[in-house]
Amino acid sequence: MIAGIMFFLLYFGQSFGFSSNLRTICAAAGAGKKTKFFDFKWKTQVWNLVFLVGAIIGGFIAKQFLSTDLPVQISADTISDLAKLGIAAPASLQPAELFSLDAILSVKGFLVLAMGGLMVGFGSRYAGGCTSGHAISGLSDLQVPSLIAVMGFFIGGLAMTFLILPLIF
Amino acid sequence: MAKSEAISWFRIQEMFRFQAFHMYGIIGTAVTLGVIGVALIKKFKIRDFHGNPISFYPKEKSIIRYLLGGIIFGLGWALSGACPGPMVVNIGYGFLTMTIVFLFALVGTYLYGLIKDKLPH
Repeated sequence: MIAGIMFFLLYFGQSFGFSSNLRTICAAAGAGKKTKFFDFKWKTQVWNLVFLVGAIIGGFIAKQFLSTDLPVQISADTISDLAKLGIAAPASLQPAELFSLDAILSVKGFLVLAMGGLMVGFGSRYAGGCTSGHAISGLSDLQVPSLIAVMGFFIGGLAMTFLILPLIF
Repeated sequence: MAKSEAISWFRIQEMFRFQAFHMYGIIGTAVTLGVIGVALIKKFKIRDFHGNPISFYPKEKSIIRYLLGGIIFGLGWALSGACPGPMVVNIGYGFLTMTIVFLFALVGTYLYGLIKDKLPH
């Protein structure tokens, strides 16, 4: 289905990459006046913002009409590894330790989400794409830069998982 | 997306711990179909809706920016359990705290734009 959407966008003369929206929103908010990077015709990217709104609505529909509210069936190994970090087995899609209201009201909890978002935003623009742009669209076109970026995603992801998360939790 | 649980922090952790095939199955399926489709478009020079040839934009050649940018992205991905698309799906799904991640992703993007010229590319 993800590949289907990519071809649908290609067919309508666009390309599939989600993180460009972040740049578009910055530009639409007026960042182009001060910074050249955001000084582009963001209105040509409105279709991608429509995709963003669609993704929010899609999430809502999935929750309201398709959800079975079963916890995520991750492997037993992952559950035991996460338990060592103090994160309980899934009760829903997301861990309460990170995403509950209580969690974000603590300084640490807030910083975890804020830093995570900051690095995703910064990294995706620096690398010129995120999972959809590089791992899916880029690899589909067998592009070397995308392969390097995906290797980077994994170096960073593994470092966070095995080296940094144990320090945080 | 939501149905495949690709928006779940747990699934991302499981992926980075190589403890299940789940995420690799999702991404692998998309890429496999993608490779076949892109090859077909190129071979038969399929045109888009407007009648223009579908072109693929090769990304600029560089290693450092993709590697460094990728690493920073990966760090954030494993921490927040979300890349940009799934962030907003999560917000729609009712995990409103994901809004913080999304707002800071905007800040991160803005920061990149601000210091872009000082970074190695």
